Amino acid sequence: MPPQVHNLQELRRSASLATKVFIQRDYSDGTICQFQTKFPPELDSRIERQLFEETVKTLNGFYAEAEKIGGSSYLEGCLACATAYFIFLCMETHYEKVLKKISRYIQEQNEKIFAPRGLLLTDPVERGMRVIEISIYEDRCSSGSSSSGSSSGSGSSGGGGGAGAR
Amino acid sequence: MPPGGGGPMKDCEYSQISTHSSSPMESPHKKKKIAARRKWEVFPGRNKFFCNGRIMMARQTGVFYLTLILILVTSGLFFAFDCPYLAVKITPAIPVVGGILFFFVMGTLLRTSFSDPGVLPRATPDEAADLERQIDIANGTSSGGYRPPPRTKEVIINGQTVKLKYCFTCKIFRPPRASHCSLCDNCVERFDHHCPWVGNCVGKRNYRFFYMFILSLSFLTVFIFAFVITHVILRSQQTGFLNALKDSPASVLEAVVCFFSVWSIVGLSGFHTYLISSNQTTNEDIKGSWSNKRGKENYNPYSYGNIFTNCCVALCGPISPSLIDRRGYIQPDTPQPAAPSNGIAAYGATQSQSDMNISDIPGSNPIPSGSRSRYSSPSAPADQSPAFCLYGVASSEHFTRVQSHKDSLKCNQLPHGSSADILIQSPHATEDSWHLLTTWDQEGPGRLSIRAPHSIGSSLGSQWGRSGTFLAPSRLSFFATERKTRVSVIRKIKC
Repeated sequence: MPPQVHNLQELRRSASLATKVFIQRDYSDGTICQFQTKFPPELDSRIERQLFEETVKTLNGFYAEAEKIGGSSYLEGCLACATAYFIFLCMETHYEKVLKKISRYIQEQNEKIFAPRGLLLTDPVERGMRVIEISIYEDRCSSGSSSSGSSSGSGSSGGGGGAGAR
Repeated sequence: MPPGGGGPMKDCEYSQISTHSSSPMESPHKKKKIAARRKWEVFPGRNKFFCNGRIMMARQTGVFYLTLILILVTSGLFFAFDCPYLAVKITPAIPVVGGILFFFVMGTLLRTSFSDPGVLPRATPDEAADLERQIDIANGTSSGGYRPPPRTKEVIINGQTVKLKYCFTCKIFRPPRASHCSLCDNCVERFDHHCPWVGNCVGKRNYRFFYMFILSLSFLTVFIFAFVITHVILRSQQTGFLNALKDSPASVLEAVVCFFSVWSIVGLSGFHTYLISSNQTTNEDIKGSWSNKRGKENYNPYSYGNIFTNCCVALCGPISPSLIDRRGYIQPDTPQPAAPSNGIAAYGATQSQSDMNISDIPGSNPIPSGSRSRYSSPSAPADQSPAFCLYGVASSEHFTRVQSHKDSLKCNQLPHGSSADILIQSPHATEDSWHLLTTWDQEGPGRLSIRAPHSIGSSLGSQWGRSGTFLAPSRLSFFATERKTRVSVIRKIKC
């Protein structure tokens, strides 16, 4: 295993990006924003399954809260309509407030849990709410050959179908 | 010994070691930070932006200006010519109500036209690559240049099977209810329709503004029409019908405009009220996606069951913020999706045709071991060629030509920790010789970023990038940017 990286700045400086894993959206509940909690195999050696699932579930909970249809959202909607939506020029919507909470949460998770394991979460809002992008880093200073080999090996095992001739 | 054929590279010997048919080169389009540009300036869709990215509209805005003029002129005439008479004769509440309606109409119209309808940003190159790989696993593609089947994913929502389609332009799987607008060249969430009258798409984020606009416009039109008629009638009671028309000619114009627009606008409002109450989009209604005629089991999985909830959700539900971040600054290290203006986006088109079955290039023979590769670049300037040295002879392989657009190159003939150069070549249109097509950069072990291909024939024959360290076994993936492209891994050999 490459040596532990202790904080985000160190991670970005000393490590090099090996591969990225994408957690796709889960549309089984309709168009609301939910992400799949299926554990990607590339993270198998990097992080515990339970921690990962907990993070994704918390994120899903945040998004559900943002898109919740209930009394307060109706109130906000009616108020906005009554002012011909001019109120949006001065007020922040509930959704935007929750998105700020989410980015704070992701920052915190990165610092506490993911960076020490050489991983980095990207806020889904930067990727159009399509994916949670997890970047897997390899420590440049270590002879990361074995681990980078394994991660690129696992990353490339998916492409094996394409190069089947070999 | 020395390599024949043109060029300054005479001292450099390359023996090929590991080649494999490879296909498309992935060319992430890294945007250089040129004086802190904002993201709207490099937005890949066909949209127009104003006020430094605050306002977003479709490209064709002519009809929008017509709408604006019609509303402004008609309302202006109403307030100028009819209201003074009516305010005195009947009640001053008439101009006040008219004013409120007008204010509402303008507000909602501008909101609809200027806001982001819910555009989905295009996939970053890494995402696109990952998706392509997953599609390949699912399809079990074999090399051979066959057209891959259309890409769809099925998902079950509320008991109904919904097909998610892959968008070749945006390189994403479209979420349910999203659609690609061909006029704006964007995927839009909950796409309703593209409305030329408001000069924008109508989608998830601006549907309620659109609905409020047509609703308030119907009220305004009916209001103006009714009171113009009242005005004329009252006047004609005093002075006779023809004199009344002569006294206020504006009323005639207003009446005509209102008469012709009221049918379509009120009809449209009624139609959209029906759509909202059943939680469908215009797109779905036209296609009959959820109609009973398709089958008894067919129902709308997005509907909440009762009309009241559907209306409340559509009109008073939460508004998601814009995903495209128009006014953000471009970060130099963030990969930007390829803009359609450069050659890389042509990949989207070539990929769907995927006629990448490369026939044998006439006259080219596989380079036997130890022979010299010839990179004819007649116009390559001599001073650009770096000096190479031989440090050992590696075994070479034949050139393998590009066969399909989804292969990757396996470099496991390279000894662990060795250096190699990547050559991407394409035959010149009129010659048999191969020309160097592009340069490359090392990004990390086993990863390459390929920059945009230069046009064939330019003076680039000797443009070598830095050689990289490939830790075998490494895999390099490529996406096609050109047909008849050859990728080879060359090992430097030292003197």
